[in-house]
Order: sequence, then C-alpha cells, then structure tokens
Amino acid sequence: MGDGVDGSPAAAEDLRIEFDGVHLTRGRRSVFRGLSCGFVRGQITVVLGGSGAGKSTLLRLIGGLVRPDSGSVRIGDRDVARLPDGQLFELREMIGMLFQGGALLDSMTIFENVALPLLEHTPLGIAEVAEEVTRRLLAVGLPDTEDLYPRQLSGGMGRRAALARAIVTDPEILLCDEPFSGLDPVNVRRIEALLVELNQRLGLTMLVTSHHLESTLRMAGRIVFLTGGAAVTGTPQEILASDHPEIVEFLDAEGRQTHGAGSARVGEVS
Amino acid sequence: MNEAGVQIPGRPIETLGQRSLMLAVHLGRVARFFGQVLRVLVMPRYRVQRFVNGCFDAGVLSLPIICLSGLTVGAVLGLQGYYNLARFGAEGSLGAVVGLSLVRELGPVLTALLFTGRAASATAAEIASMVTTEQLDGLRMMSIDPVDFVISPKFLAMVVVMPLLNALFICFAFFGGYLIGVSYLGLDGGQYITSLEGAVDFENDIAGSVLKSLVFGVLVATVATYRGYTSEPTASGVSAATTGTVVVGSICVLLSDYAITALWGV
Repeated sequence: MGDGVDGSPAAAEDLRIEFDGVHLTRGRRSVFRGLSCGFVRGQITVVLGGSGAGKSTLLRLIGGLVRPDSGSVRIGDRDVARLPDGQLFELREMIGMLFQGGALLDSMTIFENVALPLLEHTPLGIAEVAEEVTRRLLAVGLPDTEDLYPRQLSGGMGRRAALARAIVTDPEILLCDEPFSGLDPVNVRRIEALLVELNQRLGLTMLVTSHHLESTLRMAGRIVFLTGGAAVTGTPQEILASDHPEIVEFLDAEGRQTHGAGSARVGEVS
Repeated sequence: MNEAGVQIPGRPIETLGQRSLMLAVHLGRVARFFGQVLRVLVMPRYRVQRFVNGCFDAGVLSLPIICLSGLTVGAVLGLQGYYNLARFGAEGSLGAVVGLSLVRELGPVLTALLFTGRAASATAAEIASMVTTEQLDGLRMMSIDPVDFVISPKFLAMVVVMPLLNALFICFAFFGGYLIGVSYLGLDGGQYITSLEGAVDFENDIAGSVLKSLVFGVLVATVATYRGYTSEPTASGVSAATTGTVVVGSICVLLSDYAITALWGV
C-alpha cells in the first residue's frame, strides 16, 4: 500500500482516500477480496471494470452507504467503515456524489433539488441560493430548467442536474457514478470539461466510474481497474500498456488505442 | 423431516424458536425505527412545508373515498337499524343506534381500514420507490437524514389526519343515516337528531373515538413508513412494501381495536 503509480513510495498525505484489505460479500458473491488501493488527493481517478466488478460499490463504500465486512476505508485519518452515523453525516458534507440514476427527488423541482444542500448546510439567503443554483445549472448546460420536475427531463439532462446538485456546495471529494452514460457527444465533452475545470480550479479529489474510454483517457490522472475483487492501478499510459489479461480484453472490447508505455501495478490480491 | 420423510422430534420446536427470534428481532427494529422518528420529530428543525404536503397527500386525497364510504355506511346502518328497530317498535331510536355504532366503533375502524388501503399503501409505495431510485441514499450523501426529511413529516401527517378523516367519515355517515331514515323511510328529522344527541356523549364516546383513531394513526403510519423505508430496492420490493402495509396495517388496526375496547371499554 501507499506506492505511487510509478512504483515509488508516495507521501502519505497524497493519499486522500485509502482502501486497506477490504472484503465485501453480497449474498454468496464476493465483490471485493482484500481490495487495497489509494486515491491521490486533488486528482481525477477513473475507475474502470466490467459489469459487476464493484465500481459503484467502491463509491458507495467511500460514502459510507455500504460498510465492508472487514478492512478499512479511510478518508484522511477517519475510517468511514467505523464512523458512527453522526460523524458520517459530518464527513459527507465534504463529499458530493452523482448517482448513476441521478437520484433527484422527484417530488421537487430542479431548482429545489439543486438548492437543497445549500439551504440545509449553509447560511445563504434565498437570493444567493437562487444565484448559485442558476450558475451551476448553466455550467452543466441546463439553463431555464429550474421550474421543471425531474420526470420532465431526459435521462442525460437529469444526470446533469444531479451533477449540478453534487457540486453546488463545492465539496472536497466528488464521486461520479457513470457521469457520461446516456449523454450525447457534445454533453460528454461539456461534462468532461466541467469536471476537469473543477478539479483544476478547486483541487477536487474526483473518482469517476466510466465505460467511456475516450473521456477516461483524456481526463484521468490515474486509472483504477477493478478485476476479480482486487484493483490494478496506474496512469492511463500504464493501463493501456498493461498485459493483464482482463485489462487487455476490456480495452480490446472498448476499442483499444495505444498510448505511451509503462507498467501497471497490481494491487493486493488475496 | 429426515430423508425418509419421518418427522424428527425437536425440529418443529427449533423452527418455532427461530421464528420467534426473528419476530423479536423484527419488532426490535420497528421499535428502533419508531424511536428514530420520534427523536427527529421533537428536534428543533420543523419541516412545516413537508408536513403540509404530507397532510395533502394523506388527507385531502383521501377525502373522496372517506366521504363516499361514510355516506354509504350511514345509509346501510339507517336501513338495517330501521328494520330491526321496527320489530320492537323503537324506530325513534334510529339516531342513537346509528350514532353509537359509528362513533365508538365503525367510524374509527372503517376510516383506519380505508386509510390503510389508500393513503398508507401510497406512502409505503412512494418511500419504497425512493429507496429503489436511490433518492434516500442521495439525501444521505447530502448529509440529510431521510428519517428527518422524508419519513417524519409523512408520519406526523398521517397521525394528524386520521382523527380528522374519522370525524368526517362519521359526519357523512350521520348524514347518510338521516337521508335514509328521514327522507326515505319517513322518520321525524327532529326525533332522529334528538335521539342521536342524547345517546352520544363527549367524554365516553367522542373522546374514545378520537383516542382510537389516534392509536390507529400511529400504528398505520409506523407500518407504512417502516415497510417503505426498509424495502428491497427492486420493483418487487415496492410491491411487497405496499401489500405488506395493507395486510399488517389492517391487522394492527383490528387487533388494537379489540385491545382498546377490552382495556378501556371505549
């Protein structure tokens, strides 16, 4: 644990989020078998892997929505897996999460959805909240949607509104579960640019699960490939050059492009 | 049973024991959930708008079924009561018979059963679908407690509207009985009202009716919100939560009705 992507030891403070020997079983299926990996602070890490590899579960573990059977999930010096509910709620104030289905509250308008975290956790007045919400909706390409309900938006638009909600409080960590799924190429570029801009401007630590290889290669500072309940980590170049059979198969299926060279590090596998 | 199909002594007891333990665990979870709801209800952040929305969903949308059912139940009571009383020459007591049976028993119980079928099942389905679409997880990730934001306003609204719907049901049933007794069967209107007024007293009957409907409200609201909140995040989970609410809620209403009547004579 704690090795950098180039194989050299990374400073401990660089690893903002750390999985250590995480085991998780769902029914009879073992999702993670001793998963150990780290996510560098202020970097965009894209999590790749086949269906059922545990990409979404990995994000849910970080958010404390799922607790591991054993092992630890640390954010800074706090073990999410062992935090009591009260402290977990405090910790989540620094995390924004975009769910795969958006998870917008369908009884509330888009404005109310995006404004909700601000109204709950900041002392801002309604005028300031309105200004902030409009700005965020504009950033994700959804002007004039404030009065609409989630059911009145397409799937892609709903996900963009959910992204606006996830970033409206400027969280330190942003977890995005398939942000490009169902988006047209223009909006893929728009969301990708927005995520990169947020990462550069605010130094957000971002974890993005994706099947969108092109975007992954453009935006990722680091890639975590989940396979067999463990993780293979590396830079995009290292992952592309990897001879790990599952990665090769995955990249071939996604239309492999050859970039650079290097070698990927295989995370601890039990 | 072993492979030969012979009943092994002790196995039924083991099964019974396991089921009893599961029931105890389940009841413990319900109690803890109820405690969570009560805790956030007394905490200073009052979600008035969400409570008002809950009252609309549970109360206003239930008005048609409550009013129509009340009217028809009152009409049937009027008919049945008239023919039975006529055998003893006591038709003049129709108002008392309709009033007492409605206020003490039929009003709270039928309102609670109708409410369970319409509002409680809808609440359970709504919460369960929020579980399925990760809306509750979305709230958790925004550091908002779903019990505080979603569950408790709905719970309180259901408890509050139950006595109000009960009162409305009873009023419409009185009117239904009046229509049949006075307009159709030719009883004297003044006699009907006087008999009703004289038979129903506030302390024993009206207060008892309110007490019953409050207890039913708490039970049905607990069942509906708990079943929705703990549902599986699948379509069949939503269905199971809805069906479970109607079945368990109705049984709770009937059992507690007996308990209240037996214990306090209400």
